[in-house]
Amino acid sequence: MILFQGVWRKVKLKGKPLASIVSAGLSRFGKLEGLCAREIFAQAAKEAYERCPRLDPKKDIKALFIGHMGESYEHQGHTGAIAADWAGVLHIPATRTEAACSSSGVALRAAVYAVASGLCDVVMVGGVEKMTHRSTPEVTEFLAMAADFPFEQWHGLTFPGLYALIATAHMHRYGTTEAQLAHVAVKNHYNGSLNPKAHIQKEITLEQALSSRVIAWPLKLFDCSLITDGASCLILTRPELAKKYTDAPVHIIGSGQACDMIGLYEREELTSLKAAKLAAKQAYEMAGVKPEDIDVAEVHDCFTIAEIVAYEDLGFCKPGEGGRLAESGETSLKGRIPVNTSGGLKAKGHPVGATGTAQAYEIYLQLTGQAEKRQVADAEIGLSHNVGGSGATATVHIYKRG
Amino acid sequence: MTAQPQNFTIEQFYKNICQKKLMGGKCRKCGKIHLPPRPLCDNCFSTEFEWVDLPTTGKLLTYTIIHVAPPQFQNMAPYTVGIVELENGIKLPGMIRDVPLDGIKIGMRLKMEFGGLQQTQQWPQWPRYYFKPL
Ligand SMILES: [Zn+2]
Repeated sequence: MILFQGVWRKVKLKGKPLASIVSAGLSRFGKLEGLCAREIFAQAAKEAYERCPRLDPKKDIKALFIGHMGESYEHQGHTGAIAADWAGVLHIPATRTEAACSSSGVALRAAVYAVASGLCDVVMVGGVEKMTHRSTPEVTEFLAMAADFPFEQWHGLTFPGLYALIATAHMHRYGTTEAQLAHVAVKNHYNGSLNPKAHIQKEITLEQALSSRVIAWPLKLFDCSLITDGASCLILTRPELAKKYTDAPVHIIGSGQACDMIGLYEREELTSLKAAKLAAKQAYEMAGVKPEDIDVAEVHDCFTIAEIVAYEDLGFCKPGEGGRLAESGETSLKGRIPVNTSGGLKAKGHPVGATGTAQAYEIYLQLTGQAEKRQVADAEIGLSHNVGGSGATATVHIYKRG
Repeated sequence: MTAQPQNFTIEQFYKNICQKKLMGGKCRKCGKIHLPPRPLCDNCFSTEFEWVDLPTTGKLLTYTIIHVAPPQFQNMAPYTVGIVELENGIKLPGMIRDVPLDGIKIGMRLKMEFGGLQQTQQWPQWPRYYFKPL
């Protein structure tokens, strides 16, 4: 594990908070007609400000990190400055991070660096994507930029196609079934039906999922996440200052990030994501917690197979048992370890740049008892897992109720 | 085995495909074979390479049948794309043709074929290869 040793200094962290979330905001997720990305981000910022009356955004916020994947959607780049402007916090350092679908997971990691280093007392971190005004083929093409163009797209692979390659390999190696994949979709749609901000707030049946049209066999329509508009943001501060802003902070006690080859075909294994496993190992060691300590998790279910692989990469079950875990109901709201209580990317939606901090938003709600109908009782430790591309980037964060 | 003074680039890889040659860049210092070829060995950081022929047969590791295709492939859908492990362990993706969709099996032996799609050397319109049953 030489790579891992180089990623962070083995200082005595073991559960010591790195940064604290004192507020969070989320726009509605869905087809937000007539709104630009910057306007959607302003909605998320507004909720974060309202939730934290002791915060004076103009005076307190010292930096902004924002995840945003594609300038192609709106012919608009330079999202850092735009987001700071529309959130009313001009003139601070504002930085855009891009790592495909993990753009804001990486932004969150950068915000943790800023706060944990002591350089900033309070930072804003978020993500945004405006996607639904473009046609499906256009979106497909923009998303495909997160894969290896000369060897993958050039030979006809699509994004669902790449995850389908993982699914086929998993089915062949472990006996995972299409019905087990469908169980993930049914669970996440149920959770989404309880989330007033989810893109699709409607339950589906196993039969519906299994009989939906094939996109990239073995993946069908209901195995795929949604093309969505949305934004998310968090206010982070140094743990010593958290109580100044809120009586109920959520501490980030573990933060991991790793990368791997861009091309799926080049990687050691086809049935797990090494970047995610490495990011999880870092986060668990920093936090001083084990997979069995996690009370609630938001994982990157861009496709149903991705959630099953995430169960295994995060240690919620042994390699190969993810399909059976999905089927067992243990990851449902009332199960042993509820996963994707928000509805996940599958039902809440997947505005790619917004996803990482939207996952953190859901964990923040869960750990502060604000998740309403989808509240997990006594949730104390949460985890988020955000993957870019077919696994070339992954971030994992671990949170503890303050 | 051939040693040529060309750059060890992806463009050159596809120019070789145009010549119906599947080649990788072999590091002269540590012997690692790179596909895609690269200018800097990720193992020993050497920049000295030679082109080597790669085996054109291998076995299928995994596959998918694409039904919803990007615009340029729409007239071919549904079609199969897989990842093939060549005899020397190097892997690469490609379309699988000349076999019925329900006849494709993981582990089946495949052979690379060149052409069958438009062939042009012009960057970035690379030529394509595909796989068919051995
Ligand atoms: Zn070398």
